[in-house]
Amino acid sequence: MKMETKVKTQPVTAPKTGADILVEALVEQGVDTIFGYPGGAVLPIYDALYRSDADFQHILTRHEQGAIHAAEGYARVKRKPGVVLATSGPGATNLVTGIADAMMDSLPLVVLTGQVATTVTGTDAFQEADVMGITTPITKHNYQVQSSYDIPKIIKEAFHIASTGRPGPVVVDIPKDISANPCLEVDESDFHLPGYQPTIKPNPIQIKKLAEAIKQAKKPLVLTGAGVLHGGASKVLKDIVESFRLPVTSTLLGLGAFPGDHPLFLGMGGMHGTYTSNMAITECDLLINVGARFDDRLTMNLAHFAPNATVAHIDIDPAEIGKNVPTDIPIVSDSKAALEELARQLKDGPEHEEWLSELQKNKEAFPLWYNNPKEDMVTQWLMERVHHHTKGDAIVTTDVGQHQMWSAQYYSFSKPDKWVTSGGLGTMGFGFPAAIGAQLALPDETVISIVGDGGFQMTLQEMSVLQERNLPVKIVISNNGALGMVRQWQEEFYEERYSESLLSVQPDFVKLAEAYSIRGHKITTQEDFERIFPEVLAYDGPVLLDCRVLMQENVYPMVAPGRGIQDMVGVKP
Amino acid sequence: MKRIITLVVQNRSGVLNRVTGLMQKRQFNIESISVGRTEQEGISKMTFVVDVEDHRKLEQLTKQLNKQIDVIKVTDLSDKAVVARELALIKVVSNAQVRGEIQSIIEPFRAIVIDMSRDSLSIQVTGKPEKIEALIELLRPYGIKDIARTGLTAFARGQQPQVAELTHYSLLK
Repeated sequence: MKMETKVKTQPVTAPKTGADILVEALVEQGVDTIFGYPGGAVLPIYDALYRSDADFQHILTRHEQGAIHAAEGYARVKRKPGVVLATSGPGATNLVTGIADAMMDSLPLVVLTGQVATTVTGTDAFQEADVMGITTPITKHNYQVQSSYDIPKIIKEAFHIASTGRPGPVVVDIPKDISANPCLEVDESDFHLPGYQPTIKPNPIQIKKLAEAIKQAKKPLVLTGAGVLHGGASKVLKDIVESFRLPVTSTLLGLGAFPGDHPLFLGMGGMHGTYTSNMAITECDLLINVGARFDDRLTMNLAHFAPNATVAHIDIDPAEIGKNVPTDIPIVSDSKAALEELARQLKDGPEHEEWLSELQKNKEAFPLWYNNPKEDMVTQWLMERVHHHTKGDAIVTTDVGQHQMWSAQYYSFSKPDKWVTSGGLGTMGFGFPAAIGAQLALPDETVISIVGDGGFQMTLQEMSVLQERNLPVKIVISNNGALGMVRQWQEEFYEERYSESLLSVQPDFVKLAEAYSIRGHKITTQEDFERIFPEVLAYDGPVLLDCRVLMQENVYPMVAPGRGIQDMVGVKP
Repeated sequence: MKRIITLVVQNRSGVLNRVTGLMQKRQFNIESISVGRTEQEGISKMTFVVDVEDHRKLEQLTKQLNKQIDVIKVTDLSDKAVVARELALIKVVSNAQVRGEIQSIIEPFRAIVIDMSRDSLSIQVTGKPEKIEALIELLRPYGIKDIARTGLTAFARGQQPQVAELTHYSLLK
């Protein structure tokens, strides 16, 4: 094992501070947007930003949580690291939810936090928090800068780690004196990470095994996870699936990896998945998992999950393979590289038309359904109409809960990277700031933020950013006056004891929007929506729609917690 | 089942925290840890004795450890021929009458007396954990005042025997 690194030391000509070096390092990484909030410990960095003529924008959110969720939305649609800057102590701790969220959903972030000066570190100084200790369990990696000499190298490493292999958040904690003091020399040498060598290319022998298994299989099934999207593997996946006529199901985060309107697509699987998908998982004899981590919301009770299947699992993170579901054909690889190799090796296709027609029969016999009272609105209908009016081209972000599941079920995602939602951590308050980040990343796209009335109130102050930047995000509140999913669980599992789940007092969301100089409409009927929504889409500015939907509507079908995936309620022919 | 797992890590602040934190999060029970520098600058070695339920859990543990950026190499030594030692310091109640007796007890263990006071003796012993256990049990009747143990440290023997069944070479089975 060689540990040599070439150290190329360069004298700094003008007196620069550590903060100047940091800003230069960010420019070198091609950063175009920083989401942040200033404070004492990052004042040197904010001053360096002020003085810098670098070509990037800083987005001042109104809460650090808004900043980090915006960075997640940015990272998700742009597939490059979102950058966040916050101060020490409370600034850093306000980021914790977003860091954990990014870790669970494998989103690349570089999070820069201020820290109190090294002279007072460890004394419980004003606005001091142990950021390294707090963020260690929820980051892919983290650093505390010990000297400005190391800044360029650490920033290079941070971006590399965040964006390669399985993406994830990296925290860089920077003490104030290090960013404030003049920097005499910096380490410009390249980094060397002997302990970090992600496997990108698959083992061809394992791919051969998978190809053989596909040839043998009578009832094959492909499961798409977010890894397909992270690896940019949608096209090659579609080629293989179409050539060999393989049915496809998806996780929540994998939606859009394969066209939602494709005849071979069975719908999402899992707790609120389609009957067809869950039965396909139960009956298949070969399950090909591409970039999903077998989360418990997908698998439900593991004893009943894919009981008859040979399991193949393609994942860039070796630790995911075999973690939850025993795997017969493990393939550690980038999803695109693995599928390309599979396409090379898999020549003649198997015939399993009987299986496909059985699935097709299920699709027709047990479709997703909902009550559609013409006089009232329900979110399922809303999502179908949003899809209709946007032609499925919009980027949709959501919070967590009923509206999220209905978006997943009824906004048929037909293209990759249009779906931004908090899957693993299930974070309320995520959807709206994530929409801001997505819109900043891709200014020409239509971005629609579907939020519940509960989650929206956790981060609605970020309407300031819409106002300030005139971002044309369309906010659609699915307003049922309740914490819908909590209410649904209380109805089903707690004998209708609605403990603290009904939001009987609500603000006037339209007036709130107007307070932020944003157009707002209250929508109470389907007719209202049909009339106003096309106009809203055409309008080049932010709009808030307060859509009043029925409170008592529940998300179906459903697998109760602890039950097997085939044990569904709310399936209707 | 108990396993000896060694990690070669980059000697950066927070590495031990990261490794133990991950074991805590994923519910692995650490029996002992020892950490020290290696012959290479900037590289340290950690030796863990961990109690894991089954091979699947074990695989998950080594994979998660391997995932850490600062971890360069993870080795499960449990099925190898290893050299493994622990050091213990034992302070035992003693007066002039029993001193000789204690001396004769510790001799077969190749332990030595490293400190003495009017009413106590401090004994240093190195060896396999079960040897240390055995000595502690023999000394217990005299009254133990204090024990400090380092935890196991280990590496693979220079030569691995070519046998199928290694159980009797292993310390922990």
